Amino acid sequence: MIAIKSIDKPILIASGFIVVVLAIGSTINTSFISPTYLLQQLQVAAFLGIIASGMMLVILLGQIDLSLPWTVTTGAMMATAVARLGPWGEALAIPAGMLCGLAIGIVNGFGYAWLRIPSMIFTLGTNAVLQGLMVLYTGGFAPQTQATPLMQFIAVQKSVLGVPNALYIWIVVTVVLALMLRTTPFGRYVFAIGNRESAAYLSGVRTRSVIVGCFAVNGVTAALGGVMLTGYSTKAYQGMGDAYLLPAIAAIVLGGTSILGGKGQYIGTVIGVILIVLLQSMLSVMQMPEAGRQIIYGVVIVVMLLVYGRGAKVHS
Amino acid sequence: MKARDARLRLAQNTGPLLALGVFVAMFGLFLYEHPRQISVNVLTTASNKAVVLALVAMAQTVPVLTRGLDLSVGSVMTMATCISSVLVNGSPGHIAFGVVVVLLAGLAAGAVNGAIVVIGRIQPIIATLATGAVYFGIALLLRPSPGGDVSEGLSNALTYATFGIPTTFLLLVGVLVFLWLPFRRSIVGRGCYAAGSAEGAAYMSGVAVGRSKIVAYMFAGLLSALAGLLLSLVALSGEASAPQGGAYTLNSIAAVVVGGSSLFGGSGGMVGSVIGAFVLRTIGDLLFVFDAPPLWQPLFEGVILLGAVSLGASRVLRIKNRLELFT
Amino acid sequence: MNASGLPPFLRMEGVSKHYGGVTALDGVNFACSPASIHAVLGENGAGKSTLIKIIAGAVQPDQGKLLVSEREMKFASPIDAAHEGIACIFQELSLMPDLSIADNICITNPPGRFGIIDGAAQCRRAGQLLQRVGCADLHPLERVKNLPLSRRQMVEIAKALGRNPKLLILDEATSALTAADVEKVYAILRQLRDEGLAILYISHRMHEIKALADTCSVFRNGRHIETFAQGSRSDEEIVRLMIGRELKLIYPAKPQRDAQAKAALEVRGLSWQERLADISLSVGQGEIVGLGGLDGQGQRELLLALYGVLSGVQGCTKIDGVAVEIGGPAQAKALKLGMALIPEDRKTEGLMLPMSIRDNLTIAALSKLTRHGIVDRAREARYVEEAIRSLRIKVDNLDNPVASLSGGNQQKVVIGKWLMTGARIVLLNDPTRGIDVGTKQEIYQLLRKLADAGTAILFYSTDYDELIGMCDRVMILYDGRVARELAAEAINEHNIIAASLNLPEGKRVTAIEAAA
Repeated sequence: MIAIKSIDKPILIASGFIVVVLAIGSTINTSFISPTYLLQQLQVAAFLGIIASGMMLVILLGQIDLSLPWTVTTGAMMATAVARLGPWGEALAIPAGMLCGLAIGIVNGFGYAWLRIPSMIFTLGTNAVLQGLMVLYTGGFAPQTQATPLMQFIAVQKSVLGVPNALYIWIVVTVVLALMLRTTPFGRYVFAIGNRESAAYLSGVRTRSVIVGCFAVNGVTAALGGVMLTGYSTKAYQGMGDAYLLPAIAAIVLGGTSILGGKGQYIGTVIGVILIVLLQSMLSVMQMPEAGRQIIYGVVIVVMLLVYGRGAKVHS
Repeated sequence: MKARDARLRLAQNTGPLLALGVFVAMFGLFLYEHPRQISVNVLTTASNKAVVLALVAMAQTVPVLTRGLDLSVGSVMTMATCISSVLVNGSPGHIAFGVVVVLLAGLAAGAVNGAIVVIGRIQPIIATLATGAVYFGIALLLRPSPGGDVSEGLSNALTYATFGIPTTFLLLVGVLVFLWLPFRRSIVGRGCYAAGSAEGAAYMSGVAVGRSKIVAYMFAGLLSALAGLLLSLVALSGEASAPQGGAYTLNSIAAVVVGGSSLFGGSGGMVGSVIGAFVLRTIGDLLFVFDAPPLWQPLFEGVILLGAVSLGASRVLRIKNRLELFT
Repeated sequence: MNASGLPPFLRMEGVSKHYGGVTALDGVNFACSPASIHAVLGENGAGKSTLIKIIAGAVQPDQGKLLVSEREMKFASPIDAAHEGIACIFQELSLMPDLSIADNICITNPPGRFGIIDGAAQCRRAGQLLQRVGCADLHPLERVKNLPLSRRQMVEIAKALGRNPKLLILDEATSALTAADVEKVYAILRQLRDEGLAILYISHRMHEIKALADTCSVFRNGRHIETFAQGSRSDEEIVRLMIGRELKLIYPAKPQRDAQAKAALEVRGLSWQERLADISLSVGQGEIVGLGGLDGQGQRELLLALYGVLSGVQGCTKIDGVAVEIGGPAQAKALKLGMALIPEDRKTEGLMLPMSIRDNLTIAALSKLTRHGIVDRAREARYVEEAIRSLRIKVDNLDNPVASLSGGNQQKVVIGKWLMTGARIVLLNDPTRGIDVGTKQEIYQLLRKLADAGTAILFYSTDYDELIGMCDRVMILYDGRVARELAAEAINEHNIIAASLNLPEGKRVTAIEAAA
């Protein structure tokens, strides 16, 4: 009898649920489980996956980043803006977007690490500020929001083995971050802070740097996600990030990461992302109206959490 | 002893009092700069807009007191708006029935939230995120496209003024006086504060923590539904708009914080949240009145929101023992 | 067997409790009678906490019966126990910091009607109870979080009294009290006993037990070993019952000090807020310096100040002769000599409880174990093994959460974590509080070994036996200042107590003051 560690239980169950979704989907339309369709789903999942991978670090710390929607949008819009700026513009567009994300992340991290403002409320504020900035930017003059060919390349094209480039990027990002969590001191510090920040602090961990670092990475991945979404839809537009906040959090939690921090694995987030994307796609294949989709979405999350996301009884 | 009593109470309520001061200053400025005369109409319009947010902020307050959060308040409000646009019309009897159904729906939604959080032991953030999707789905089911029929009679009764005071404001005060004040001094209400302050200690002391938390979420559901009902009366229609619901949810959290309640639970109250909601609403009004270029308005609002919620940062400067910064 | 001769109020028959594979209580038969103060003794892990939690209704036994006044009871929650007149004062306070004193005291059965609380009546009741515990200066509407720890414990006691209990349980309830408050509590307890209350008292302090108890029960490894009248066993016999073998608490020998030894840590004129005023001290390499004095005189704050946790600290700090500014624990750790702090509360300050034993041991020394940015697992394993071995930490599996270890072993992990960094200046904040006798012994040996190898140790202890036995020099703090510095033979009980009470040197100490 193989002992199943508590952290692996969610992953097994989520994986099982993926199989269930695939089964249901295939009964409605057999091409649901065709490799072409599945690959396409994975491509779509890549966008959510990249965004979620940065958010995972923040949640492991025990924090949250509610400025994700407008970080995604800002990264995208700044990237397209830089693309028009001159001969070097096109080449620098994607790094520029990611740099914006980095800056936003650093500000968010600063708000918690130095000012000790709960991240939920601080990032709520930065989200509003970012929205204001983007409204200002796009309202005054015709914004240059066209995606560059490079953006489209990384988001839509398939260069190697017929696998979408976006998927490769997701895999690389996930592997890098997962390795970082498992093998570097930084990764240990993230878990330590998420479990008990005071003890980490007193053990000489540079908690402020770690916190800012995690938020910074989250900013970068959010912006990268925005840039890739721009490539996918050929332009950046307002509100493009709104649809990604809640699914990102849901994917992370369904993958077994504790919303309170200190516990989680990247493979869980990957599975959570795939599950959510497949679920949404199954519902659209069923031609379920939006109302039904929302309801099923919510019910699924609650049921899954009741199975493996329950907290301990409060005894003392 | 009386003087010491008063001094203590003053010291314990600095958050809401500060917010009140800010609000009075801002609203005074608004009235002063308003292009039209200060009239009952001006006050009523301002009140109608503000009271809806205030009700949602009040709804958010109680779960926050228990160190939880309700991310479904916007969705419950939207669901209530849509139910209202379907049922609150026709004969007075039918209208009354519709109102009762709306409020019961809110209570039921809150009960479901409470059950998942307390009995299911699932973290409030993610539990209410998920249930919020369900309630929004129900709203969409009822009202796939904006419209519906809301009783003009009831709307007229509630969205104008009574004896010179906006009726919505009277409604707000009524809820505070007849629902909040007794609740706050009740055993169940105190149980909410106890659960938020130190849940383990509360349990060991024999406080019925579970019951208080479930009631907290039910209270939130009820007030969110009331907000939705009011919104439908103001707009005379219903609409299942996700951005609107989301905005109300997030603004309710901001209002609670600006009003002086702690996100960690155990301290604060609805009065502060109401003031916080008024402050947030007045920001937009002030920008309008000062003819701020419309493109700049969202940015101003964002910066002020960030500033308002960051006021808590002053704590960092005052605390000399850094260990105390970790909760 | 009981001191008062009355039938027992509470009896336990064959009670057992298991947590996973660990047996907390094993077939315990226990009784406590009214009108007596009944002390419960035992090492950590002996089962005292579990015993108390079962009686208080917080935990249900796996087997056995609980009888109150000869009626069998099943307590599903603390509320049920409270109904039977059982009131409990735990070490971890059961107060809600954001609520007022009055709300806390009347939390279970407030005066009022239809579920609404009568605030004024509540205030009055709280005021009466505060007066009874000698804290009439506290305003009932004051929030508990604004009170210092000793006041909070008095509020806790007032709260328990407000339940009109028939059985009062105190679990290390006097640990944070000032000496004056301790006297008040003793007086209250004796009066309650005379009024017929049954009192269960858990404490590690022998002198407290001698001052208070009528009956003593010893627990070991989850079993009730023996119950006897206070005074009928000697200290050695009691210790032997507690740990099951002959053991005198032997402090390691103190070597002759070389007076010219270099000062590793030197402080001049250290001040902070109103809590610390003009403190100057030095700790030489290889020296063990103790901090003593009554509770709350600034000892904890001094250690935090040295470690960089407090902001706004004035004064000059020198490490190895060089002036430094320590801005925080990370900087303290990174000093040339390396500074370590074993904190006061291991559960919230010393350990990340859900994380593995291995992770907790290595968290402070990761930079040493890292090569090319990656943690070297092989090296880590060697260091961890060394730590487990040299500290004799009892571990099943290094991947288990550190929360699964006993208190003494947890403290060893905290110490081990810092040993791994190779710190040459070690600050300890009451490291043996709540630790069993056997582990205490090991910690003493370890500290002396470290000192002999050249580490400078500054060691705050609330137990003056430890100060006498371990330290080369002792600084007694009073009101945030150094009242006196004692060295060599001058370190004795008489001088320590006198200095703690801030008596001028040479004054006689009365028996009452000595017993505090």
